[in-house]
This record gives sequence, C-alpha cells and structure tokens, in this order.
Amino acid sequence: MTWDRLAPLLGEAFGQTAYMVLITLAVGGFLGLAIGLGLYLTRPGNLLANRLVFAVLNLAVNVVRPVPFIIFLVALGPLTRAVIGRTIGIEAFTFAMCFMASFVFARLVEQNLVTIDPGVVEAARAMGASPFRIVRTVLVPEALAPLILGYTFLFVGVLDMSAIGGYLGAGGLGDLAIVHGYRQYDWAVTAVVVVIIVLIVQLVQWLGNSLARRALRR
Amino acid sequence: MSSIISFREATKVFPAPRGRGREVRAVDGVSLDVREGEIFGVIGYSGAGKSTLVRLVNALETVTSGDVVVDGVSLASLGEARLRPVRAGIGMVFQQFNLLSSRTVAGNVAYPLEVAGWTRAQRDARVAELLEFVGIADKAGAYPSTLSGGQKQRVGIARALATNPRILLADEATSALDPETTQDVLALLQRVNRELGITVVVITHEMDVVRSICHRVAVMEHGRVVEVGEAYQVFSAPAHDVTRRFVATALRDRPSPAVLERLRTRHTGRIVTVGVDEVAGSSALITRVLREHGVDGTVVYGGITEVAERPYGSLTLELVGDAGAVEEAVVALRAVTLVDDHGRADR
Repeated sequence: MTWDRLAPLLGEAFGQTAYMVLITLAVGGFLGLAIGLGLYLTRPGNLLANRLVFAVLNLAVNVVRPVPFIIFLVALGPLTRAVIGRTIGIEAFTFAMCFMASFVFARLVEQNLVTIDPGVVEAARAMGASPFRIVRTVLVPEALAPLILGYTFLFVGVLDMSAIGGYLGAGGLGDLAIVHGYRQYDWAVTAVVVVIIVLIVQLVQWLGNSLARRALRR
Repeated sequence: MSSIISFREATKVFPAPRGRGREVRAVDGVSLDVREGEIFGVIGYSGAGKSTLVRLVNALETVTSGDVVVDGVSLASLGEARLRPVRAGIGMVFQQFNLLSSRTVAGNVAYPLEVAGWTRAQRDARVAELLEFVGIADKAGAYPSTLSGGQKQRVGIARALATNPRILLADEATSALDPETTQDVLALLQRVNRELGITVVVITHEMDVVRSICHRVAVMEHGRVVEVGEAYQVFSAPAHDVTRRFVATALRDRPSPAVLERLRTRHTGRIVTVGVDEVAGSSALITRVLREHGVDGTVVYGGITEVAERPYGSLTLELVGDAGAVEEAVVALRAVTLVDDHGRADR
C-alpha cells in the first residue's frame, strides 16, 4: 500500500483508537478509583468496614477481571444492548472497555492503598477528620505516585484491549493492522502500526514515570 | 485539682479473629483519674493495654463497657460523628510520628487547622508560631523524609498542639528516638505542660521517661492498672512486682548479688547500702554521722538521680574503723535513713 492511501486510513484509525482509549481512561479511571476506594474502605478493620459491601465488590472484581476480553465482549452483550442500544460499533465496544477497565483499575487502586501506613490514617482520625476528608487529603495524596504508575499501566492495558476493536466493528489501529497488514500480507502496514503504538506507549510511560517521580516525596 | 480524664470501669474487648483464638480484653475494668495540668504516665510492657487505654481517651477506640469522661463529656454515649469534635480537641503524638509524606512540615502542622476550618491566613500565622515553639521554624518547607527522628517528632508535637488542645496524648513518643533526642523531646513535652498548661498523658515502656517528667504514674499489666500514685512514691516504695522490675530498669544504684560478691573481694570493711532521698539521708547527713563516730566511709557503688525532680538513689559504702564504732555508726545511720547491711566478708 502506498503512503498516499495509507495516510488517511491511519488518520481515521488513530482517531478511533484515541476515542476508545481516552473515554475508557476517563470512565475507567473514575469508576476504578471509586470501586478501589470502596474495596479499601470497607475491608474489615478499615474506616467504613462493611463485610457485605466488601464481599460484593471483591467478588465482582474477581469475576470480571480474569475473563479474557474477547469473551467478556460477548458475555456483556445483553447489558451493552440495554445501555447503548446495540451490541456492535465503537460505542458498544467502548462501553465494554470502560466496564473491564474499571474493575482492572479498582484492584490496582486497592493494592496501592493498602501500602499506606495505617498510622497516618489513624493520625488524621485523631485530628477529627471525617472519612471523606481522609480519602481526599490522606489516602489519595499519600498513594499518588503508585496511583499514577497504576494509571499508566492501565493506559497500556486499555490500548491493548482496543486492538480487537475490529471484532465489533469499532475500527482503530489494531483493526487496521489486522485487516490491511495481516489479512492482505502487507507487512509495511503492520510495521507502521506497531511503530506508532510502541511510540505512544513509550511516550505515556515516560510521562507517567516523571509525574510519579514528582509526586514521590520520599 | 479536678480530673480532666476519668476512666470508669472502662473495658475494651477485641473479638477473636474469625474462627480461632480468643477474644482479647485489652483494657479490663480500669478506673482512673487524670488531673488537670499534670503529666500522667502509663507504663507497662508491650501488650499490657496501655496503647488501647490512651485511644479510649480520644475515642479512636470505644469502650465495650464502662465509660470514659473527658472534660465532662461522657464518650460512651456519643456516636462517631459527635466524637470527631472531641478528637479535634485532644492532641496526639505517635511513636512512628505518622506524618503525611506528601506534605511539607508546614502542611502537616496546618492539617488539623484545615479540619477545624481555620482560614488560610489564620493557619499560616498559627503554623509559624508553632514551628517557632518547637524549634524547627527553619524546616517549614521541608518534606518529612528529609528530617531526623527528633525533628519529625517536633513536627508531630507542633501538629498535636495546633488547635490549642487541653489534653496531649503521647503514645511512646520517644521510643523510636536515640537517648539524647529522647531528652530533648521530653523537655519539650515538659514545656508544653508548664508553659501552655496542657495536661499530658504519656504512654511508655521506659521507666526513665516516667522518672524524668511524670508527676503521677499508673502501672499496667494484662489490661489492668496494678498500681497508681505519685511518681516519687511509686519509685521509692513500689508495691507491685511489675513496678519493681520497672524501677530496677531505671535505677541501677543498688548492687546485685554478683556485684556485691566482687565488692567483697576488693573491700575488706563492712559494706552497707544507705538510701538517699528527699526526706531521709542526704549525703551530707550520712557523712556527718560517720565523722561523729570516727568511721571512714568510702563510696564503692551507687548513684543519686532525680525522680519527679526530687533526689533519689542510694550509696553503697565501705565502713572502716574500730568494730564497735562501726556498729554504732550503722545504728545511727538506721535512725536517719534505710540501711541495707551487707556485713563483712568472712575471713
């Protein structure tokens, strides 16, 4: 394929990938943080200890997370139809990505929060801080560096998920590589897509690392 | 003096971990009054329940039965939301400092002021004043990871004092510090008590801490208070075994049997240990008694230190002179102080 023909295809695919990844990062980041905080706070012995809520959240994360994404897409079908209205297309695919990313990030968030020294939380309680204030002023700031690294990790995972977007007709860079590179034996297309993805990941990882280093005051 | 903290049959039971083990009665029916304006020590070995006891005061733990009354407020009857303002009025410092690593020194000290709803200008002024008081004004912009243990604890104390509490709880505040820094921090706690009139409750397993700054002390074992009284009284006449063991760690002025054995091989005279305290037997008095009887007294062991800022200790002397005169001197010493007569070596 010539560059003249590839360039517009690349542009379109890049736009689709950016759409899927950015929405998933926003939604998955927000919900993942919420569910992760929920897991941490309701854990027995913690600030809002609640055996039932913890068990439900924990089960949900454990059930969703290990399912291979391509199977998860199909399994989520009925819910996708109920929420989005259809089971194919970029919106339907992005919905499934948001769902999976929320649960993946939730576990990352929880794992980073448990490393916070409980003494610091106790000190904030001793000063009369409410649980909500402790989340905002102690838990998130104290775990900020690992949270940023976890979010960077999530980005790479989400980019990976987006590669099978073609499966539901969502397009994207992965789809381009499969349709034009793999199926039409056009190695140049595959190579260009791979290089672009590697560059994006390198850039984001570098950004994540340097932000985390700035957040780390130790 | 009125009591500012009052434990009334306070009991805290932690349930057994699921399925195994037994429940833990961390605090078991403790009744105790802490007086306003004093430095009150709670001493005990690890697991004696002292940390739980102090956490009942600011309701980080709540009683299973009984009550804790702080400044006239009964804590047992209050819910979590109503306990928050009570906590805000009580300062606490911790063994591991528990500073926020994501905030500067000034940011850490400002934290309780933010919780209490002070404006930025009020906070800045108060933080500057507090850092000055604890002597680390030059570290305002530093992060805790760059500070020494002693500096961290000064930040901890400044933070605990920020909202002008009437009570300061110190949970093993010096246990992570070296001896010299320990003395600095204890002196600071003493200043807090004297200059600001704040009641200080000190939790410790080091009798030296009690000896240096506490007015009164409670000794805990297995969740119970086994002895409580004026620090000086507890030191000079410990009633309970645990107390005696703690006193022995702080005062090493009395010769052990092994030491006595060695003293006998070096000294042939009669060896006696005489108590030195505020009421009886000042060393001047002892010297005079010996001189009156024409007996030479050589100090071979012992030490005099301060407990609650009053002299306390003992001296072990070798008495040399005419046998009859020595006997009379010992009788005369018994009239002025406690005497342990170790006799002479048999030879």
